[in-house]
Amino acid sequence: MDIAGRKMVVKALKAEGVDRVFAYPGGMVTDIFDELYKTPEIKLVLPRHEQALIHEAEGYARATKRPGVCLVTSGPGATNIVTGLADAHFDSIPLVVITGQVPLPLIGNDAFQEVDIVGMTRSITKYGVTVRDRAELGRILKMAFYIASSGRPGPVLIDIPKDIQVMGGPVEYPEKIGIRGYKPNTSVHLGQLKKAYKLLRSGKKPLILAGGGVKISGAEKLLRTFVERTNVPVVTTVMGRGLFPCDHELYFGNCGMHGEYAANMAVSGCDVLFSIGTRFNDRITGDLAEFAPNAKIVHIDVDTSSISRNVEVDVPVVADAGLAINTMLEYAEPQNADRWIEMIREWRDEHPLMSQSVSENMSPCNIMKKISEVLKPDTVVTDVGQHQMWVSQYMDVGPDTLFITSGGLGTMGFGFPAAIGAKLGAPERRVVCVTGDGGFQMNMQEMATAVVEGVNLTVCVINNGFLGMVRQQQQMFYGKRYVATYLGTKDHDGYWPDFVKWAESYGIKGIRVTKPDEIVPALKCAAREKEMPVLIEFVISSDELVLPALKSGAPLSDMILR
Amino acid sequence: MKKRWIALYVENQVGVLAKVSGLFAGKSYNLASLTVGTTEDETVSRMTVCAMCDDATFEQIKKQLNTMVEVIKVMDLTNVPIHMKEILFVKIRGLNERDISYLFKIANVFNVDVTDIGTDSLLLECKQTEKKNDELIELVRSKYHDIEVVRGGAVAVESISTQTR
Repeated sequence: MDIAGRKMVVKALKAEGVDRVFAYPGGMVTDIFDELYKTPEIKLVLPRHEQALIHEAEGYARATKRPGVCLVTSGPGATNIVTGLADAHFDSIPLVVITGQVPLPLIGNDAFQEVDIVGMTRSITKYGVTVRDRAELGRILKMAFYIASSGRPGPVLIDIPKDIQVMGGPVEYPEKIGIRGYKPNTSVHLGQLKKAYKLLRSGKKPLILAGGGVKISGAEKLLRTFVERTNVPVVTTVMGRGLFPCDHELYFGNCGMHGEYAANMAVSGCDVLFSIGTRFNDRITGDLAEFAPNAKIVHIDVDTSSISRNVEVDVPVVADAGLAINTMLEYAEPQNADRWIEMIREWRDEHPLMSQSVSENMSPCNIMKKISEVLKPDTVVTDVGQHQMWVSQYMDVGPDTLFITSGGLGTMGFGFPAAIGAKLGAPERRVVCVTGDGGFQMNMQEMATAVVEGVNLTVCVINNGFLGMVRQQQQMFYGKRYVATYLGTKDHDGYWPDFVKWAESYGIKGIRVTKPDEIVPALKCAAREKEMPVLIEFVISSDELVLPALKSGAPLSDMILR
Repeated sequence: MKKRWIALYVENQVGVLAKVSGLFAGKSYNLASLTVGTTEDETVSRMTVCAMCDDATFEQIKKQLNTMVEVIKVMDLTNVPIHMKEILFVKIRGLNERDISYLFKIANVFNVDVTDIGTDSLLLECKQTEKKNDELIELVRSKYHDIEVVRGGAVAVESISTQTR
């Protein structure tokens, strides 16, 4: 018996246990939508823009640890998801994205709403393909889910022409699949790992640098056991924030551009840098020539191509973080790094991470700490910019917190939709979205989606009336020439539009906080809401800076501290 | 920086060539030559790729190619005995009798075929290593100005018994 392509798509979604699809209709996908109409067990989320749609799927994937599924139409529907594909590709988020395409005979004719989306996104997807043969559809869908979620996870794009959607073909959806060109690493080279551990053991000033890969692998607890067993201090990347308890005595915070002084000095001074699940992004390394200049470097990563790309390493280990750490736990022993740890502590005492606010109490630090204290969120989602760094510096983000942020691509507009997706994926979680007035305005139309879906989350808009992170660069490095960063008008100041009135127009609560004594009551009020989103606008000075800071390309040891 | 050779087995599918060449463009790798053709298994194509790069970049290129789902196998031919040939056509115009007879001598010595001829022009066809083709072009260019060079890019296969490159 033959079934239509559209039925095969839905069959695949059911077989893969997909319970939610982030979907925006259009001419070239209406057949699949029609099929989903008959499939109540798969819920559709209708966002207000496809860019937000894919960020919602990213948040959903992070919260559920399963691929987020997107369904959009051809042409503009497809081009609108490009940013999200790049974001997911950078941050290793599993997505299965289905785009409609014009019928096969029309491809290449510049047909209405035709774009070569597979061609456009080749460098920002893990795999992408246009289905040209109905008989291949089942296999391709199976491949998509397998590739997206195995090895180093990432986005997979399947472009399905409209005629394939209605064409009859085989009914079978494969249960298992072998792909001759794709063999994700599922083991670890034991000899190489022993060599790596031996190097760590030989260090007088050993340091563990842990990144987002540890979280993706779900290896937070294993790492903690390993650290406590070996007595080796730990620093994290921004994507690794939260994998270690913030108050742990062996944890020294984030390193990198806006990392802590002690963490960056530790990286610069260590003699063995034992790194797990990081790509050594330039925001982490600063000037490569002076990165960890005295250290032998171990690099454990599941992605071969991340190893020795930016930083040349002495012992590479291709493996999943959890598997590698678990294996090392069989022989890990305590090592004496007490004097070294003492040194790092002294660095921290010398320049602790502390508020350097221009205002006494409406300081970003105070606001972040109060959000943590009052809302006790177990899911924190940020947008991109100053507030993102303040969250990673001051909020209590630990192993029980799901911390979702756009690290690699730095996508403004990511935070709010990703928070909606996270809440939809894990409704029992307390979700807080911290965002800026710039990034929030890039996707704030999603308030409609949040209200329709009854998504209960607190949106904290940190409003400084500017595109703060760029303004900060202009203040520090461009002679205070604030070009194109002011968000106000001649008649309004930058604190515009009126976010409270705007929130109220969606029928939800909006609260403006301008004074320190309003912070806690506003948060408490938000905490009482159990059904709908709440928006709190925190009005802060535009002169607030993220400190410490590193000038782009400067060595880690050369931080601007105040 | 030096020339390195890789052979790739890839899926014989739409877009794979674009993906491989796009990797070189997107990551600023210097692609010197790329040829592709089907193999004894028609679902598989084989590419011969020549890149100009340093050691670290070459390692990265191989790894990046390996991560591609459509790439079945990456073989580094840099230090392996191989047979390599490139097809080359050189059309030379504006010749007199003496030039033509001289070019026949060159063809003879260099083991090159003269495959077409006109009153004042001549076509050389050469199937040799890339390096020998370079030398032939250099020689012809030094004597004649009106030349047209068409190169096919090299194909390579691992040796059976020969141990030298």
